[in-house]
Amino acid sequence: MFRWVVVRDLTLAWKGRVDVLSTLFFFVIVVSLFPLGIGPETHLLRLIAPGVVWVAALLASMLSLGRLFANDYQDGTLEQLLLTPQPLYLVVLGKVMALWLVSGVPLALLSPVLGIQFGLPRNALFVLVVSLLLGTPVLALIGSIGAALTLGLRGGGLLVSILVLPLYIPVLIFGAGAVDASIMDSGVQGSLSLLGALLVLSLVFAPWATAAALRISLE
Amino acid sequence: MLEVTDLGCVRGDRRLFSDVNFTLSSGSYLQVQGPNGSGKTSLLRLICGLLAPSEGHIRWQGANIGSLGEDYFTSLSYVGHRNGLKEELTPIENLRVTSGLSGTQLSQQEATSILGKIGLSGRDHLPARLLSEGQRRRTALARLMTCETSLWVLDEVLTSLDSSAVRFVTSLLDEHLNKGGIAVVATHHELDLSANSYQQLNLAS
Repeated sequence: MFRWVVVRDLTLAWKGRVDVLSTLFFFVIVVSLFPLGIGPETHLLRLIAPGVVWVAALLASMLSLGRLFANDYQDGTLEQLLLTPQPLYLVVLGKVMALWLVSGVPLALLSPVLGIQFGLPRNALFVLVVSLLLGTPVLALIGSIGAALTLGLRGGGLLVSILVLPLYIPVLIFGAGAVDASIMDSGVQGSLSLLGALLVLSLVFAPWATAAALRISLE
Repeated sequence: MLEVTDLGCVRGDRRLFSDVNFTLSSGSYLQVQGPNGSGKTSLLRLICGLLAPSEGHIRWQGANIGSLGEDYFTSLSYVGHRNGLKEELTPIENLRVTSGLSGTQLSQQEATSILGKIGLSGRDHLPARLLSEGQRRRTALARLMTCETSLWVLDEVLTSLDSSAVRFVTSLLDEHLNKGGIAVVATHHELDLSANSYQQLNLAS
């Protein structure tokens, strides 16, 4: 049954691929604006690259949150999902996983191309991909709580960003920190381990909180 | 068996109904009536467990539905006044996904034949957004033919259906009740059912 949640959301993402692609394009364009704006100052660009890529990833993943529950809420399919004979925890986990597969993964895989614009060394590009692969699921999981809480509210989009962005800060610090460390040639393991810990923590708690928020929103 | 005792519903600061009592044993049908805004939908959502009751109890096979959790949903089918279809998906895909989610695997052929029975043959490869309101409603109702649930909760399902579709739904309900199922239906239509236990609940009084 869990498989069906993922299959369903991936099929829907495929049918609405313009939305998916526009989030990805948003990420690419935001990151690319910085080298164009600052000019060819390699040292400065290399210094700001981790922060810029990570902040853009944060914003892009926040944009994709709107798709997570809002459409299902409007056409009544979310009610049906709540009434399926499986824990709501798993339904939420399936939906978040599908969202991550179509937004987080392509974003991470695209990031080395963007890193080259900033003159990042090869090992830093590798760390960038790894840190995004570890960090974007955390962003999706935390974001799902905000998306569920603001479901059906007017101006929900803005409210989500106010709710969710502060919670993204630890991910930003450790994600950008890992890439920073690899540029400085110091150990990246600490930051990446902490990102991994955040992932485990949010895998356990976020779907549970989202499930509770969904029940309240649908009352 | 579904037992509802002293059920009341307050939405915001408005009391919709109070002291609703009924017991439905297997094979019985309950028609919920009442003017607009009298709380028909709220009552049905309470029965589904989508709303938590502010007063009173709802018991399924003797146990409070709140404590049953997901186990309750294995015996429940709900068709709301929103159809619960994805506009982008075809009726076949919609049907396969919803039945997959409730634990019944449905092949392409099975889905096609079920949709054929409900009068959607030839239309089952179009995205649901291209279908008429009545056809979408039929697609939503097709879900009932795939499941083995014993409690059906249907909210205003007969609106925008033509007379042949209403007859079909009636026969579907009849079959369900004869197999020992229970149905709670909010509708203003008096259905011509052969069920031996036909109860009515009017929320206006």
